[in-house]
Amino acid sequence: MSAWEPVIGLEMHVELDTRTKMFCGCAVTKGDEPNVHTCPVCLAHPGALPVVNQRAIEYAARIALALHCTVQPRNIFHRKNYFYPDLPKAYQISQFDEPLATGGWFDYWVDGENLRCRINRVHMEEDAAKLIHAGGDTGRIAGSDYSMVDFNRGGTPLIEIVTEPDIPSPEAAREFLQQLRNLVIELGVSECNMEEGQIRWDANVSVRPAGSETLGTRTELKNMNSFRYLQQALDAEIPRQIEVLEAGGTIDLETLHFDPDTGTTTPLRSKEEAHDYRYFPEPDLVPLVIDPVWVEELRATQPELPAARVERFMEHYGLSRADAVVLGSSAPMAGFYEEVVAAGAGAKPAANWTMGEYLAHLNAAGLEAGHGHVTAERLAKLVKLVESGTVSTSSGKEVFALMIEERAEPEAVVEKHGLGQISDTSELEAAVARVLSENPAQVEQYRGGKQQVLGFLVGQVMKATGGRANPQLVNELLRAALDG
Amino acid sequence: MSGLDPLRLTAKVAKRLLVDGEVSAAELAKTYLDQIAAVEPRVKAYIRVTYDNAAKYSTKVDREMQAMRGPLAGLPIAIKDNMVTEGVTTTCASRILRDYMPVYTATAVRQVWDDHVVMLGKTNLDEFAMGSSTENSSYQTTANPWDLATVPGGSSGGSAAAVAAGEALWALGSDTGGSIRQPAALCGIVGMKPTYGAVSRYGLIAFASSLDQIGPLTRSVYDCALLLQHIVGRDCMDSTSVALPEPVKLPDAQRLDGLRVGIPAEYLAAGIEPGVRARFDETTARVEELGGTCVEISLPHTEYALPAYYIIAPAEASANLARFDGVRYGYRCKDPVDLLDMYERTRGEGFGPEVKRRIMIGTYALSAGYYDAYYGRAQVVRTLVRRDFERAFAGVDLIASPTTPTVAFRAGSRTADPLSMYVCDICTIPANLAGLPAISIPCGLSDGLPVGFQLIGPAFSENRILQTAHALEGAIGFDTAPGFRDSREEVPQ
Repeated sequence: MSAWEPVIGLEMHVELDTRTKMFCGCAVTKGDEPNVHTCPVCLAHPGALPVVNQRAIEYAARIALALHCTVQPRNIFHRKNYFYPDLPKAYQISQFDEPLATGGWFDYWVDGENLRCRINRVHMEEDAAKLIHAGGDTGRIAGSDYSMVDFNRGGTPLIEIVTEPDIPSPEAAREFLQQLRNLVIELGVSECNMEEGQIRWDANVSVRPAGSETLGTRTELKNMNSFRYLQQALDAEIPRQIEVLEAGGTIDLETLHFDPDTGTTTPLRSKEEAHDYRYFPEPDLVPLVIDPVWVEELRATQPELPAARVERFMEHYGLSRADAVVLGSSAPMAGFYEEVVAAGAGAKPAANWTMGEYLAHLNAAGLEAGHGHVTAERLAKLVKLVESGTVSTSSGKEVFALMIEERAEPEAVVEKHGLGQISDTSELEAAVARVLSENPAQVEQYRGGKQQVLGFLVGQVMKATGGRANPQLVNELLRAALDG
Repeated sequence: MSGLDPLRLTAKVAKRLLVDGEVSAAELAKTYLDQIAAVEPRVKAYIRVTYDNAAKYSTKVDREMQAMRGPLAGLPIAIKDNMVTEGVTTTCASRILRDYMPVYTATAVRQVWDDHVVMLGKTNLDEFAMGSSTENSSYQTTANPWDLATVPGGSSGGSAAAVAAGEALWALGSDTGGSIRQPAALCGIVGMKPTYGAVSRYGLIAFASSLDQIGPLTRSVYDCALLLQHIVGRDCMDSTSVALPEPVKLPDAQRLDGLRVGIPAEYLAAGIEPGVRARFDETTARVEELGGTCVEISLPHTEYALPAYYIIAPAEASANLARFDGVRYGYRCKDPVDLLDMYERTRGEGFGPEVKRRIMIGTYALSAGYYDAYYGRAQVVRTLVRRDFERAFAGVDLIASPTTPTVAFRAGSRTADPLSMYVCDICTIPANLAGLPAISIPCGLSDGLPVGFQLIGPAFSENRILQTAHALEGAIGFDTAPGFRDSREEVPQ
């Protein structure tokens, strides 16, 4: 297996959250009753003409800029011709040889390693309508009794992002997609809701002898609407290709369908049946001229993006790269962390508590950062109680759990449950004396030179005080009693 | 009765009579509806006459004349049936849109409706505006009022025949390769294709998007300007529409002093009939009499314009007509067995032979492996044709030619040979390829049939064209009333 290496390229489609459709004034919405957001333009009535949505251009350009692409000053729309009931004009207005933006890159992280994937292009198009095939059991058109078309989605602005074949593994492909999705969400141009198909992707994959510079013949994987399926499909397809090649066979350039139930890939249509889309420039639209000044205005007003934020967190808060990636990669988490710090908690303890107890709470409750049952302000108060020594670290964890359970301020929890740290020497001296008298064997060992036993004795004192003892003080008192 | 002569009445005069109270809008509408009743069985210009609308709306205009004193209020109009009209079926003369009821109204039609014109009906055309004789209509063949045995030209043959036959005061048509100017020439009326983008195409059922333009068909140049004034303008629903740099003026020129007119040698080499040539030469002589000068010029790529057009127009049409798939509206075949069967039979049964021919030519020209040789090459030719004009307009103000090589031909005489039909537009197609404004005015008769004189100008030179055409029209003094003879029956007039 190691004699071969996979090469993966991705094509992503992202629906933009504009108020209106790409070429008409109909609202872009989800979940409304079918065919209410339609007009002569998006139903392709005779005589209707498209008009470009300026906001969609802005959103697409923002994505292109975030991917370090060059936004082209002159754009051409093309017609991509094919017949299907979800495509009312029988052509999709798309872009072909003069797309919105070309030549960028995206840096992403896999297991702490930074990888760069080159971006070939970002182009604009319109989404198709939604087909529902009734009757039959596959949900596909073949075998169905009849089909229905919902044109609400038809004409929604869609962008396509095409990478170069730079992705080295299924895991990397998955990471790439997740991190790219975060980026798009942060730009505020799409919610990228996967269940609603707002982001969809195809993967092109080939294998070649490790270290080779030439690309093998690729196959295209379709029908992947979850990150898990993507990785599963690639994990199935790569060994299949290797097996074919090692048996002396050749790979056909074809489109494959991944069946998550069987975990296998099967041909969808071969090259021979491939569509001839008969692309030609859309005569109903004039070339789109993009003012470079406008592009610079967009660039200047881009929100802070994850990669830049990770760097800033390292620089400004003194975090390690690993911590900065956890806290800085998504806007909600980063925002929460910065609120905790702003409320007076130290940067490092705030980071530890946010990545530790808070993240565990979010995961357990299935919540997004900022939506947990502990506010940043309350977490900051807790961190400060621990920092000042009022509460021990272990008690702090208990306080955190009780803050959620009782929806209470940390001070109130500490007060109510008596979780304050014991730093009173006389109180602790009694506990120390009791522990020493109850553990004569260990005392003997320590005095015989086995210093490691001290940890056990500290633990016994902590246990005796319900974890509330100031561990440093316990340490000092034990040493004084044993050595003295 | 009003005693109006619908064969000679112009919008200019009708408007004055309305304003002066000498005739009511209802009387005016009735004049045309009566003429329709009298001659329509022989002319067949209309696919649908909107009798009720014309009667009711003209009465409303009379009743509310004070409020409705728009410049066009009460003037009856015919609309080519490829412009969508909400509430009135729009067929494009195709079986595939037989009972299609539009849900909106084309911008150009909306503009004249807002000016309170009275719509008389929707006129016949070649199916999807593809043709030069109106014989490609799925419904009926329109006759030329000058000789009912001949064609009215096309594709706006219904609009041209309706105006010529006095069945409408004026009309709207569309011109993709000559579809306004050629029928106007053959029917002895005025027809103008404005600069590409001057009139919104929103609601014009697309044939070839980069070539289509809506324009007026009228009985005089003045009327042409008056109607054009009310349909031009930038429309936010049509990205290719533009605002004219200056408003359209009503023409008043009597003289052409200082005007330089170019006569392209290539147009006169294109098989022009002697009778047509004679009227053309007389008209260029009038240009000089009126103070202008005529010079021979060259538009060297003219011979490639026709073949380039017959790649570009079908290519665009093949995509534009793909939406007629039986899914959402229009004709759908009976009992399809599956999706492919529905597509194939709906389109196979819904489209006529000329439309199918052009869809197939266009599909072929855009196919992988052929695109560069056909569509790509045709676009290069288009650029060369445009440059020919740019170069020529550096030396002349306007270019003149016969509108068509021949006068109206016998119905059925060219239907068997598509190429003989295609050459009808040899003098008109270059202006569409270059997006330029052009007008056809009647300049006399040859064998009793009208001859058209074409003037082509630089982009946005509508006013120059209209002034020149107006001055020439006055000098020519053409009588627009046709005789309704039928040369097949040799009925003497």
